[in-house]
Amino acid sequence: MPTVRIPTQLRTLTAGQGTATVDGSTVGEVLKALDAAHPGMNERLFDDAGALRRFVNVFVADNDVRFEQGLDTPVAETETVSIIPAVAGG
Amino acid sequence: MTFVTGLTCRECGRGYPAEALHVCDYCFGPLEVAYDLDAVRASISRESVEAGPRTIWRWADLLPSSPPGGVDLGAGGTPLVRADRLAAELGLGELWLKDDTRNPTGSFKDRVVSVALAKARELGFKVAACASTGNLANSVAAHAARAGMRSIVFIPSDLEPAKITTTAVYGGTLVAVDGSYDDVNRLCAELTSEEPTWAFVNVNVRTYYAEGSKTLAFEVAEQLGWQAPDHVVVPVASGSQLCKIEKGFHQLAEVGLITEHPVRVSGAQAQGCSPVATAFAHGWDTFKPQRPATIAKSLAIGNPADGTYALEAVRRSGGSIGSVTDDEIVEGIRLLARTEGIFAETAGGVTVATLAKLAAAGTVGSDERVVAYITGNGLKTVDAVSPVVGPTATIEPTLAAFAEAIDFQEA
Repeated sequence: MPTVRIPTQLRTLTAGQGTATVDGSTVGEVLKALDAAHPGMNERLFDDAGALRRFVNVFVADNDVRFEQGLDTPVAETETVSIIPAVAGG
Repeated sequence: MTFVTGLTCRECGRGYPAEALHVCDYCFGPLEVAYDLDAVRASISRESVEAGPRTIWRWADLLPSSPPGGVDLGAGGTPLVRADRLAAELGLGELWLKDDTRNPTGSFKDRVVSVALAKARELGFKVAACASTGNLANSVAAHAARAGMRSIVFIPSDLEPAKITTTAVYGGTLVAVDGSYDDVNRLCAELTSEEPTWAFVNVNVRTYYAEGSKTLAFEVAEQLGWQAPDHVVVPVASGSQLCKIEKGFHQLAEVGLITEHPVRVSGAQAQGCSPVATAFAHGWDTFKPQRPATIAKSLAIGNPADGTYALEAVRRSGGSIGSVTDDEIVEGIRLLARTEGIFAETAGGVTVATLAKLAAAGTVGSDERVVAYITGNGLKTVDAVSPVVGPTATIEPTLAAFAEAIDFQEA
């Protein structure tokens, strides 16, 4: 199963854990499974229209999914999905 | 003392205490420092500012940290110079240059780092860290050395050699990462969650750090005789500096130091990394991330954290955002050096070349009082111009050889 890296801001939902292992073969499926395992994730990651919030970046194997296929980006069993606050740098 | 009341999310308005937080726990929006501006207004005056140190710390009432003991290298207080020869070349009227090449480590980053590390020390951090395109690396390593803090600095491995040397010399830990700046930035954003005892100046203490750029507006207003200019041109990397310059002029009016005056804010990018300029040109609400390819490495952020806010600030103020090619950047550096005697790094070339384009298009008007921000020293990016400048002639040490080689016109 893919591993999801959880940023500090969301660790209140994972009892402090920095990673979670959930099912899914696309980014959308993985994040849905993450919400099932740790309720409350959806509200934090997605806006009212169901899109990823403006300041949430998601990477699969170190690639920004916005350069790939967004929520449809495939995720292999052994890959890591990282959720990272976008506001950094400069 | 400071007049900070807390932090506020720019997106959803949730409030937080003034701790090492940079994004909203709920929506991930950026946090902004909130001040009791009524109290600042009652405390501050032109006289109190003028009596302060000739550094950014004369503006301490409008900054989130107190003047530091030991962190200070003397950032800020840089010259604002009238640039008549450059103005004539560009067909402009009253043009000024904010010469921020004249900071302790040669770029405006000393302003933001000084504020960030003063706050970091106050919060109890003993390690200073950052993701950097070079200028920030120099500044964090130097300020950490001065403050007796340990530093760990992350840079893309393909950085200009001068910027690597001028960071490493300060003796901290310097990690070169095989990847773009955006890759380095992502790594540092992840490390921030794993190493909560490190103060990443542009990640977990970024909210405070960014406030340091307001002093670029404060100083210009004071140097113009307590007036805001009509139009400013600012280089755009993350977009933070542009946003804070806009905010700085407004805040000075809010606390009664200047009369509110509309300032048009324009941005400058390299074409090889122009997400914000592209969004502006197409009328988009937000930018699309890019993979940078430009000699202006200090501006090469393809996924700028404040890109959308910079776009909004430019539109709100009636400004514009231009972009220029690498060749135009090199010409911009040479033009500035030739006309005003200021040697800027590539970001300065971007600013001058963009100003030239905006002037030619009539976007920057000859009836405006214009300030262009020159934010970094050319000695950091000598490689950009070394292929196109050099000795006029190389001769034997004889009068005959000189006479043959050089036809020098005195006027």
